[in-house]
Amino acid sequence: MNALPLLRIGDVLLVSIQIELHDELALRFQRELAEKVADEGVRGVIIDISALEIVDSFLGRVLHDIAATTSVLAARTVVVGMRPAVAITLVELGLSLHGLRTALNVEAGLRQLGIRRLDVSGEAR
Amino acid sequence: MSRLLAADTMPIRSEGDIVGVRQLVREHGAAAELSLVEQTKLVTAASELARNTLLHGGGGEVEVRSTEEDKLRTIVLRFADSGPGIEDLELALTDGYTTAGGLGLGLGGTRRLASEFEIDSKPGEGTVVTVCFHTRVRR
Repeated sequence: MNALPLLRIGDVLLVSIQIELHDELALRFQRELAEKVADEGVRGVIIDISALEIVDSFLGRVLHDIAATTSVLAARTVVVGMRPAVAITLVELGLSLHGLRTALNVEAGLRQLGIRRLDVSGEAR
Repeated sequence: MSRLLAADTMPIRSEGDIVGVRQLVREHGAAAELSLVEQTKLVTAASELARNTLLHGGGGEVEVRSTEEDKLRTIVLRFADSGPGIEDLELALTDGYTTAGGLGLGLGGTRRLASEFEIDSKPGEGTVVTVCFHTRVRR
């Protein structure tokens, strides 16, 4: 079973983290996502963390490593929906997450990936 | 005299317990009516320290106490383990210093998140980290 459901829309993988991740699950998610990106050759990954009440240094690093890994696999990762309180806490914690692309929501994330809209057939344009 | 609002103790023996500590601390924060940012800092600090207790201390326990005095509410988290202890506290509190392959932000970062931070460790005897979060009662 997958750690988290990965939804493919056109050339993009979309995943929304809706549950509280313990560390091992976060690492499994990182592995599965890398495999899926390589298998399916997607151009972009969007990780929606709007449901997460906290991101600690462990999960912050996992998100950073996911972005770095997918980048090596020729796909760009955008983390979207971070809550303002989470952003404030991460900065105070000292986690700058350099190189991590972020956007305020899924739509803005898709725009960052150069995708204007998704039509119903699932083709990204 | 400070009035005790709630007190709980929880063992930390597995990664699942880290999630459990977050939930317990979140409940204390919500009951004490912390602001959203205060609560996020509290739960994040608890997560960092619980992971330290597990990875560096080989497990231990946390005691969570909420008190109120003169319209000031305080949540105290006390993480205790009987692991190997810390040789050089100064170094352990330095950002980027790590022995577990992490980012080395756990202790130093948590100190910045908390209102008060105290660490007591003796090599061979274990480590106790105590953090306090204060909030004014808004009425």
